[in-house]
Amino acid sequence: MAYLHFKNVGITGIAAVVPKKIIKNSEYTHFMSAEEVASIIKMTGIAERRFADDQTCSSDLCLAAAERLLNDNKIDRTEIDILIFVSQTPDYRTPPTSMLLQDKLNLAKSTGAFDINLGCSGYVYGLATAFLMASQPGIRKVLLLNGETKSKAYSTKDKSTSLLFGDAGAATLVEKIDNENPTVISMNSDGSGYEHILMPGGGYRKPSSVETLLERQYEDGSIRTEEHGSMNGPAVFNFTITSVPADIKATLAEASTNWDEIDYFIPHQANKFITDHIAKKFKISPGKVLYSLDKYGNTSSVSIPLTLVSRLGQSIKNKEIKVALSGFGVGLSWGTVITSLSHCSVSALGEL
Amino acid sequence: MLETVITMMEELLERDAGTVKPEDEFREYEEWDSLAYLSVIAKIDEDFGMVVPLDDFRQCRTVRALSEYLDKHAG
Repeated sequence: MAYLHFKNVGITGIAAVVPKKIIKNSEYTHFMSAEEVASIIKMTGIAERRFADDQTCSSDLCLAAAERLLNDNKIDRTEIDILIFVSQTPDYRTPPTSMLLQDKLNLAKSTGAFDINLGCSGYVYGLATAFLMASQPGIRKVLLLNGETKSKAYSTKDKSTSLLFGDAGAATLVEKIDNENPTVISMNSDGSGYEHILMPGGGYRKPSSVETLLERQYEDGSIRTEEHGSMNGPAVFNFTITSVPADIKATLAEASTNWDEIDYFIPHQANKFITDHIAKKFKISPGKVLYSLDKYGNTSSVSIPLTLVSRLGQSIKNKEIKVALSGFGVGLSWGTVITSLSHCSVSALGEL
Repeated sequence: MLETVITMMEELLERDAGTVKPEDEFREYEEWDSLAYLSVIAKIDEDFGMVVPLDDFRQCRTVRALSEYLDKHAG
C-alpha cells in the first residue's frame, strides 16, 4: 500500500473557475430521446454542465483560477517554487503546459514546473506530489493546477459519456503551516483495467490518421472516433464500488480516524448513483457528503476542488474542518486524502 | 434466494408482480439497459455485501442462474 504521512503541511488556498456557457442536459436531446436523457439524468444527478468555447483550453481555466487564488490571498509570486499542472487536455502534445503557465503567471524562472497526466484521481495524486514537495526545506509554496476540457475529448453522440463531462479549472496552494495537521494520502493503480477508460487513437501506439478520425457506430448505437474518449461504464462501476470503498476504509484506519471525526466527505463527482452507493455503504450521514455534479457534471480531476469552492466557499475559513477526499478513474487509478482545512482560504467561484 | 431475486428484479425494473419468472432471460426484458445493470449490481452489493464480477454476471443468463450464483457466492 502506498501511504504518505505528513505533518505541518496543508492546503492554504483554493480557487476554481468554470466556463460561462451552461449546457442543460434535459435539452441535450440531439442524439438520445428526451425519455432516455431523463433516465440518465435521474441516475447520474447531472442536470447541467459548463462547456469551454473553441478558444479556451484547460490552461486558460487554470490561469484564471490561479490569478484569483494569488490575488485574493495577496501571494508573493516569487515564493512559488513549484508549479504542477494535472490534466489530460493539455495545450500541446509537447511542450508540457506547465511551462507555458509558469510564464503566463509571471513566476520566477527558478520555479520547478511539470505536468501530470491523470484524470479523475488527479486531485489526490496532485496533492500527494504537492505535499511531498512542500515538505522539503527548500520549497516555500507549491501551486497545484487541475484543469480539464473533457467536453472536447468525448463524442457528443456517445450514450455512455455524452451527458457526463464538464469543463473547469482549479488552483490549490500547498505549503508548510503552523499546525500539526496530520495528513494521510493513499495512491493505487491497476493497469489491467486500462481499456475501461481509453482514447485509443492519437498517441504513439496508434498515431493520428484518417482512420483514427473516422466516425464509427458501436453496438449500443453510440458514434465516436478512435480519438474520442470511451468508457466501459459497467466495468468502471464495478471497479469503483469494489476498490474505492476498500481504499477509503483502509486510509481512515491508517490515519487513525473514523467517520465521526470527518466533517465532509468529498468524492470525485463521477455520478450520483456511484457516490450515493459509497456513502450508503459507509452509512455516512447525507449532510456530510458534498456534491456539485448537479451543476457542473464530472469535471475529472477538478471535481473535488470545484466542489469545495462551490459548496463550502468562505464558510470554512479559520475552522478546523476535517475532510476525506476520494479520487478514482482512468488508469485505473484511485486514492484517498485525509486532511484538515484549518488554514485554507477559499475564493469565490469564478467564470470565464 | 429465488424469491428474493425475483422481487429484486421486479422492484428495480419496475415490472408488475408475477411478471418475472425463474427461467426468464432478464436481458431480454424491455426495461433492461445499462442503468438497470448498475441498479442490480448495487442492490446485490447492498443486500449481500458482494460485487458480482462482470464476467460472472455475464454467465448468469436467467433469473434462476443469478439466484443460484448468489446462493453459492454470497454470504
